Amino acid sequence: MRRTSLWIGAILVGINVAVALLTLVWLPYDPTAMAGGRLQPPSWAHWAGTDRLGRDYFTQVMIGARIALTVGIGAAALGGLIGTTLGVLSAFAQRGIDDALAATLDILIAFPTLLLAMLVVAASDGASLGTAILAIGIAMSAILARLVRILTKRVLAQDYITAARCSGLGWGRIVLVHVLPNIAPTVLVAIALQFGLAVIAEASLSYLGLGAPPPNASWGQLLQSAQSTVYNAPIGVIAPGLALMALVLGINFLADGLRDLLDPERGAA
Amino acid sequence: MSLLQVENLRVHGPARELVHGISFSVESGERLGLVGESGSGKSLTAMSVVGLLANGLRAEGSVLLDGHQVIGQSDRALVPLRGSVAAVVFQDPRSALDPLMRLGEQLALPIRRRARREGRALDAATLRAEQLRWLDRVSIADPERILRSWPHEVSGGQRQRVAIAMALACGPRLLIADEPTTALDVTTQAEVLDLLDDLARDEGLALLFISHDLPVVARITDRVIVMQHGRAVEEGPVGQVFTRPQDEYTRGLVAAARQLETAVRGMR
Repeated sequence: MRRTSLWIGAILVGINVAVALLTLVWLPYDPTAMAGGRLQPPSWAHWAGTDRLGRDYFTQVMIGARIALTVGIGAAALGGLIGTTLGVLSAFAQRGIDDALAATLDILIAFPTLLLAMLVVAASDGASLGTAILAIGIAMSAILARLVRILTKRVLAQDYITAARCSGLGWGRIVLVHVLPNIAPTVLVAIALQFGLAVIAEASLSYLGLGAPPPNASWGQLLQSAQSTVYNAPIGVIAPGLALMALVLGINFLADGLRDLLDPERGAA
Repeated sequence: MSLLQVENLRVHGPARELVHGISFSVESGERLGLVGESGSGKSLTAMSVVGLLANGLRAEGSVLLDGHQVIGQSDRALVPLRGSVAAVVFQDPRSALDPLMRLGEQLALPIRRRARREGRALDAATLRAEQLRWLDRVSIADPERILRSWPHEVSGGQRQRVAIAMALACGPRLLIADEPTTALDVTTQAEVLDLLDDLARDEGLALLFISHDLPVVARITDRVIVMQHGRAVEEGPVGQVFTRPQDEYTRGLVAAARQLETAVRGMR
């Protein structure tokens, strides 16, 4: 059962990664040029029809996969790095500093990601892929930092840590040798789940025009531009919507399967 | 000079004082027992000795470990003392080992550290030989398999033996054993006690043995300190304290242990 979810997840995410990589070297049509009539229904020539300007829609959905993965990976890397560092430091910090950090994290978590994204966009030159990654990454790092802090504290309370300290192991080595490996399974699964949420968050941001600007057609932006023609050409909403769902579902399945694989007591280790 | 010299040790918690001035010393090769019910401050006393009190606790007074003052020292200053002078073994064999590291790797950590401390080069073959030698020292059967095992794959008694091997591999002269047999069943408990007894004799280790269990302490130590509410209420050679207890609290403890023994005999 667990293995099944790992496989379904791996296949769904794998297809997305393959498509994203493919868009770097080959596209069925020029995404900015007219390829046929306006708002055509799906056909063999245009698998997802065409948009209002007659551009091939499937090509745009393919590019969207690349944008979604880029933002997801970027945000997960940024959030994972900042979150883990802050969380571990906070667990080691003196009581007052730790409390202050924990309160800051709570505020950051309560802060809407959308508002954060607007602030980041306002503070930089304008909406871009980078601002989306930065905003989602910061929001993600707060959630991860809180998790890492609790997990680290739990590990530090174990007898083997005290025994290791008593046998002369320094804090730096303890973090590397004992803390990080022990929190890794849970943190990796959390990062994977956050990855899925980051993809959705990116779609929401670009739906509102706070994501990557055209012609980097993100799924959220496709949804937004197809909104006005949803009754004439429903495929414009269905195609990016399905793609988004497939990717997020795949990531969640993958995270679930990963959790069992990484646990030596439950997995096959 | 004593290996461990504790003078008027006080431990302060966030709200109140938990250990109210306790003094004792442990000579090289001597075995001292700290006895008392939970909350009597015996574990706090032991942890103060190696400067490993939990956050929010503060020790005061004087603890000379091999002539070095422990109280008020920074963690960095204590690292070289730990392991080379004192090591600990804990109560719960489930949390005594890192669950995500094979036993062989865990045992390799103190061996490597000691080799680095003593400036010895350690190649793979020597490391392996040392690992096997330590597992043999703690009487583990099938050491090759144990080295490859995860902590959850071996029994509580075996885990405790590996924890003891790890503590000893640092090369300490004082072993602090904090209720090392409490979580084990009676048979395993007896085996681990015999093992500690043998090891202490063979390696010339001093032992600071902490337990609430009088018969266990009587079996392994020479001298005991009975603690109650953060104070030492009685101190002396094991035989004397247990046969002619002076303090009322000790008398109660001894009587309770006797009663239990009689009750168990009566059931047979």
